Amino acid sequence: MKSMQRPGLPVLFAGAILFASVLVALVGNVFTPHAVTDQALLSRLQPPAFMGGQAEFPLGTDRIGRDMVTRLVAGLQMSLSVALMGTLIGAVFGTLVGFAAAHFRGLVEEALMMLVDFQASLPFILIALTLLAFFGNSMVLFVILMGMFGWETYARLARGVVLSARAQPYAKAVEALGAGPGRLYGLHILPNIASALIVQVTLTFPQIILLETSLSFLGLGIQPPNISLGQILGDGRDYLSTAWWISVWPGLLIFLITLSMSILGDALRDRLDPMLKTRTS
Amino acid sequence: MTRFWLIKFARTVLTLWFVVTFAFVVLRTSGDPVVALLGADAMPDEIEHFRELWGLDQPLFVQYLSYIGQMATGQFGVSLRDSRPVMDIILERLPATVQLGLAAFALAALVGIPAGILAALRRGGWLDRAIMALAVFGFALPNFFLGILLILLFSLTWQILPSSGSGTFRHLIMPAVTLATFTAGTLARFTRSAMLEVLERPYMRAAAAKGVPAWKRVLLHALPNAAIPIVTVIGLNLGQLVAGAIVVETVFAWPGIGRLLVIAVSQRDLAVVQGLVLVIAVTMVLANLMVDLLYGVLDPRIREAAR
Repeated sequence: MKSMQRPGLPVLFAGAILFASVLVALVGNVFTPHAVTDQALLSRLQPPAFMGGQAEFPLGTDRIGRDMVTRLVAGLQMSLSVALMGTLIGAVFGTLVGFAAAHFRGLVEEALMMLVDFQASLPFILIALTLLAFFGNSMVLFVILMGMFGWETYARLARGVVLSARAQPYAKAVEALGAGPGRLYGLHILPNIASALIVQVTLTFPQIILLETSLSFLGLGIQPPNISLGQILGDGRDYLSTAWWISVWPGLLIFLITLSMSILGDALRDRLDPMLKTRTS
Repeated sequence: MTRFWLIKFARTVLTLWFVVTFAFVVLRTSGDPVVALLGADAMPDEIEHFRELWGLDQPLFVQYLSYIGQMATGQFGVSLRDSRPVMDIILERLPATVQLGLAAFALAALVGIPAGILAALRRGGWLDRAIMALAVFGFALPNFFLGILLILLFSLTWQILPSSGSGTFRHLIMPAVTLATFTAGTLARFTRSAMLEVLERPYMRAAAAKGVPAWKRVLLHALPNAAIPIVTVIGLNLGQLVAGAIVVETVFAWPGIGRLLVIAVSQRDLAVVQGLVLVIAVTMVLANLMVDLLYGVLDPRIREAAR
């Protein structure tokens, strides 16, 4: 059995990185002696401790002497939670749209699928920038925007699977026994497509992280006083020649998280999606 | 055959209509369109002229039709910053983006496709694993971070390439490499899986048995049959290239429409944002149409199926 096989080294590495990032995001600020807003104006642009900086600031300080470790923990919290919320909103909304399209068929299905095609035809960052420009930036709008990313993939996936599941005997049997659509979709069809949805979640999550950090990097995403990894990176751009660490640490963190998530996603897909496996092997 | 083209064209027109409608809905739900497009401190007679021009005293449906007319003829209003027509500003910036996009695309194809073929031919070997590891790195690495790293190394540490601006070939290198990395990674992965699928087909064994040399089998027998998924990925990646250009142009201060869009959004220069979004969207939809049509050319079965 292939599914009993032990995970390879890259997968273990990826799992460890993700576990560590979540842990740091959850409890990291307990161990940092500084507050996010603490400024030490005498210690501006201090290099990391291992490069001759002060031991008090292990990863250096920024332009107004704020501790990089503290800011990175706060940025990590923000980036991870925004991406998590965005992923969940998109997954739930998209799946419901897919179910609705497959349930009602006809005109409703056509209209919903047209919306799906529309969103798929444009790069999402374009839609996001338009809405940000016209409606102004706020935390609520930004989280909703992150939730709007990727719903079309879930909708397509859910619709396709429901259409094929409804033709199968078990769905017919459940219907014949008098179950309503809620029971049929929630208790019988959803568990059957759960693995496909989980794979999709692992693919969407790093994309949302990249979207959020890109927008925050451009100064159009998470706004101060809130902190995101992309925003720290963007702030550090003006200090590249004197203080590379301001940009490099958050960039490295984002890279490690998206890399780990992609590796895990690929591994999960190979495991949970037997159709794909038989096709490629 | 005609039916195939007709369906494609109908879908394209439908998507374009959606794009314009989306812009109209956003414009009308976000506030007064006159204020949005002319600015809060516009002259009263200017506002009056605009209201008449756009028929804002007419019913909403008439406004909608006249809006479509305005957009279709490229009348996007004027920029808040320098009061120049939006269309002029866009046309001025467009060549830089096209140049960067083509360079990045060519680089991605020249690196990604051969890398994918090589990986497929050496399946399971160290070369395959190395290429695939690089590909995963390529699309997990955020482009803004890659850009910053390149600037740190090549501009600040070794001082061999300019960190920003445009004009010479040396200015083009880092933005093009940054923009190409993601696409090259994706292309390598898809080329590999498409080639693997084709390499196992009976006709490949037949060609080998006939004594066709290996390079000919790969380039003339396998590659054309693997072309469809590769072209699909190229089509899907156009959006990625556009999205990437928005970020990469900002990192390297490249004077194209991506940077223009970021500046316009941060200054809430709404007429410019709207014009850019429409121009980019139309370009993308038309590019997708061309990819679709290319399928028909590459694979006669697709034409047959649509008949």
